[in-house]
Amino acid sequence: MDAKELIARRVALEVKPNTLVNLGIGLPSLVANFLPKDVHVFFQAENGVIGLGSRPEEGMEDPDLTDAGGSFVTAVPGAASIDSAMSFGLIRGGHLDMTVLGGLQVDARGYLANWMVPGKMVPGMGGAMDLVAGARRVVVAMIHSAKGEPKLVTECSLPLTAMRRVDLVVTDLAVIAPTDAGLELRERAPGVDVDTILAATGAPLIIPGGSAGTVPEMRLA
Amino acid sequence: MKHAIKAEEAAAMVPDGASVLIGGFMAVGSPHRLIDALVARGARDLTIIANDTAMPGKGIGKLISAGAARKVIASHIGLNPETQAQMIAGTLEVELVPQGTLVERIRAGGTGLGGVLTPTGIGTLVAEGKEVIEVDGRPFLLERPIHADVALIASRQADYVGNLDYSLTAHNFNPIMALAATLVIAEPQVIVPVGVIPPDAVKTPGILVDHILAREV
Repeated sequence: MDAKELIARRVALEVKPNTLVNLGIGLPSLVANFLPKDVHVFFQAENGVIGLGSRPEEGMEDPDLTDAGGSFVTAVPGAASIDSAMSFGLIRGGHLDMTVLGGLQVDARGYLANWMVPGKMVPGMGGAMDLVAGARRVVVAMIHSAKGEPKLVTECSLPLTAMRRVDLVVTDLAVIAPTDAGLELRERAPGVDVDTILAATGAPLIIPGGSAGTVPEMRLA
Repeated sequence: MKHAIKAEEAAAMVPDGASVLIGGFMAVGSPHRLIDALVARGARDLTIIANDTAMPGKGIGKLISAGAARKVIASHIGLNPETQAQMIAGTLEVELVPQGTLVERIRAGGTGLGGVLTPTGIGTLVAEGKEVIEVDGRPFLLERPIHADVALIASRQADYVGNLDYSLTAHNFNPIMALAATLVIAEPQVIVPVGVIPPDAVKTPGILVDHILAREV
């Protein structure tokens, strides 16, 4: 199993039945592949559909039906198409139960930076700032480090996406929950020991129970 | 009743230097023939207000490549390297606005509101220079309305009253933009007789639409 699949399988366990869920493009979008069959959710694509379905068969694409990454999708029975004001009204208004987003950095306060690298990459925030500010639950799905540099840091050096503590961070090494006291190490990836996680993390980690031996292995869908 | 106009006629109504709202999300639900006509006219110095600048060779990306824009107000330019190159070269001013804030600013401009108060952007670069207003103990950013000279929007159907409906994720910014410009030109996929679009299905009432683009013959 590659790192991205591992992350997606762990995040899939966070998806609760009968909720509205927004998956970011890239890694977060993989989560949909690992939901248990009996868990019914509506996926929102912020460009205007509630009830996003899988990719259409080739030759059956509708040019007016894409996800927020611009890829052709389908709509499930019961889907609704909405305009951008309604879509972001749902996001900011507390109607979106969960969003899963990629991250460039998450810091000890639980703040996320994921929309620009000054001087290098200025794609724009798209819907990310609204999603982090408004979703009931924000889960960050990201590779633990980038080119050897930790992405979990004491304080984000990159511009913040929002001044809101995210709820959970799932990486290829660990599951980490930002709390009032700091980042708490909740689970470790299969075969990964706590020292490896600590060495790859640029912020202090709280180990519940105080002992490395008590950190359980990651559960996977 | 409105007589459908040709794309060249529409493009001639958009003067150089105009501010132009353009519908679409990554070129889905964009008025493609109106964009092509603006490129063909050689429009210059436009302020383009849109969710994104699509990609080179598609939708609004064609206007960027043609050098038609002086300024872009958008939430995302990441898939169009030409927008970024012009921004870095200093020939194109880019104002990045969170997507939900952008649509609400346009809605405010089109519905007579003096702005919107949003939690989005608090504590980020977006908040720089903006007023923070507390309501019931929660901080909100005051975001100002956007109203433009022209709106170019895409719909599924139009009738000759100008009533519009939309398809799936091709709604996006179009119904909101139809409210927020002095001149509104709609590009429908089909034009149907008056009465074919049921009142309950009309998403943009025809009174908002000044012109509809004729079918290609």
